[in-house]
Amino acid sequence: MSLTDEERRELEELLPHYPDRRAAADSALRALQRRRRWLSDESLADLGGFLGMSVAELDSLATFANMLFRQPVGRHVVLLCDSFACWSLGYDGLRAEVEAQLGVGMGGTTPDGRFTLLPIVCLGACDRGPAMMVDADLHGPVAAADVGEILKEYA
Amino acid sequence: MSAPGPNGSAPRPSGPDTTGWELPMSRAMRADGAPATLEDYVAAGGYEGLRRALAEFKPEDVTKAVRDSGLRGRGGAGYSTGGKWSTMPLGPDAPHPKYVVCNGDEMEPGSFKDRYLLSRNPHLLIEGMLCAAWAVQADAGYIFLRAQYDEPYANVERALAEAAAAGYLGEHILGSDFSFELFLHESVGRYICGEASAMLNALESQRPNPRARPPHMTGAGLYARPTVVNNVETFCAVPSIVRNGVEWWKGLSTTAEGGTKIYGVAGRVQRPGCVELPMGTTIRELIEVHAGGMQPGYELRAVSPGGASTAFVPAGEIDVAMDFSAMARVQSRMGTGTLVVLDDHTCPVGMTLNMLQFFAQESCGWCTPCREGLQWTAHLLREIEEGRGTLEDLDVLAEHVWFMGSDKTFCDLAPGAMQPLEAVLRLFRDDFVAHIETGSCPYAPRETEEPAATADEADR
Repeated sequence: MSLTDEERRELEELLPHYPDRRAAADSALRALQRRRRWLSDESLADLGGFLGMSVAELDSLATFANMLFRQPVGRHVVLLCDSFACWSLGYDGLRAEVEAQLGVGMGGTTPDGRFTLLPIVCLGACDRGPAMMVDADLHGPVAAADVGEILKEYA
Repeated sequence: MSAPGPNGSAPRPSGPDTTGWELPMSRAMRADGAPATLEDYVAAGGYEGLRRALAEFKPEDVTKAVRDSGLRGRGGAGYSTGGKWSTMPLGPDAPHPKYVVCNGDEMEPGSFKDRYLLSRNPHLLIEGMLCAAWAVQADAGYIFLRAQYDEPYANVERALAEAAAAGYLGEHILGSDFSFELFLHESVGRYICGEASAMLNALESQRPNPRARPPHMTGAGLYARPTVVNNVETFCAVPSIVRNGVEWWKGLSTTAEGGTKIYGVAGRVQRPGCVELPMGTTIRELIEVHAGGMQPGYELRAVSPGGASTAFVPAGEIDVAMDFSAMARVQSRMGTGTLVVLDDHTCPVGMTLNMLQFFAQESCGWCTPCREGLQWTAHLLREIEEGRGTLEDLDVLAEHVWFMGSDKTFCDLAPGAMQPLEAVLRLFRDDFVAHIETGSCPYAPRETEEPAATADEADR
């Protein structure tokens, strides 16, 4: 696999934000992940060629960051806030409900490839706890009874 | 840092009209909760601080005004903002490019004020960064936003485009000889990126470990160039200080620290949310008036006043003013000023365990006390919470509070983590002993209940 013309164009647009190609690596990893959903070894090699970096250098960044995925994820990523405000507002019950509805535990992907469920630290939405995100959408406060309706929006 | 100068900026023949500026950071916010547009913002006096800075202030005079205002870093550390700016090299021999960086990596559990400002008033941040850039004669800036702030990101992106189209950004801003470029950067994640020097590494796409200091960032920061890093709210405070003056700003607060503050309340209260109020508003007023009090059936036991790295304040001390100096008197810190209540149905051991698990997970692993010590304290707390603890464990925990104190670790992550632990051992020893003696957690498992409406919803 190599970068498509469209991918290359998007990456080129990032470069003027940074003084050199190497400094654009985090943003480039994120941009490529948006298009390919997760970062395979091949994706890192493609990006390494573009940025003039080794796969190992890119991997050291990708494995440190919590929002760069080195394993396949579903079409939609569910992030459940597990920090102390949401915890005190009913995280345990919400987590049990989400896991039951998806049929997978934390870190799991549904067999149909629709959802991946991941833990996330505080979403900065303590006043809306218990909070969760699905893709770019923040939901909160989420009662266990609302979970089904929310998940239905993501095909 | 040099001593603050005399109060007040240079005398002016006629001051600006400050009627209706009592809450300067929320002045332009829309009633419908949508982000203020450029039109909304300008109609509310937006960019008048920048206009005034460029027309009437030499760069060093902006720094002087901000220093004289007493503004302290709103990210939680409370360092003098003008003091920091005054260490940036100025003049013809200063190295370029120089940078201004906004820390929008709001990831500390219990912190939710920057999201509010970014969601409701993105131009205020841009104007604040422009004033800062003029003051330190910076060439470019970055707004570093955490991952998961998709909505704030979109708001700021839109505001940047509006500002550039209107001539507030780019070359020859408002017809002056000042030029400044501002970029938006979305983090790829992890809490340590909020440590200012780690943030600069993250912006350079280096592994985001904190950097050794000295050199200070204002000497050698981003790409080893002079760099000022400030929190979102800190920048947001600046435009009105420049527009309305130091004495006006000082008069806004109920205490000596001056100005206003974005406070927040979350947990089992009736109306959780954020609100701008005079600096020095008491915790009691925040909970009982602005958040409508506790939910029925819940009693207040303590407050986490400003993020998971601040010490719990017991219910008996909530008449304390929330500012930097008063909070020290109750053995805590203001931190971010967004408080989370600990209610009487929630286990203080369990809550602290949750915090310590967070810090252990987010340690960058660079220095030994943090990497190993946080794991061990989290383990001991889990043992106690699940009924396997011993009284000796309490001594070991207390020892770790000392062991990971200030100056014993490479950055402030572990010392911050020790603050709630120290407080919970001091305030809730009986709860620890009950866990140990009965071999179980005396609190019922937490159930999901119908959560309260947010303040935003209640307003609509």
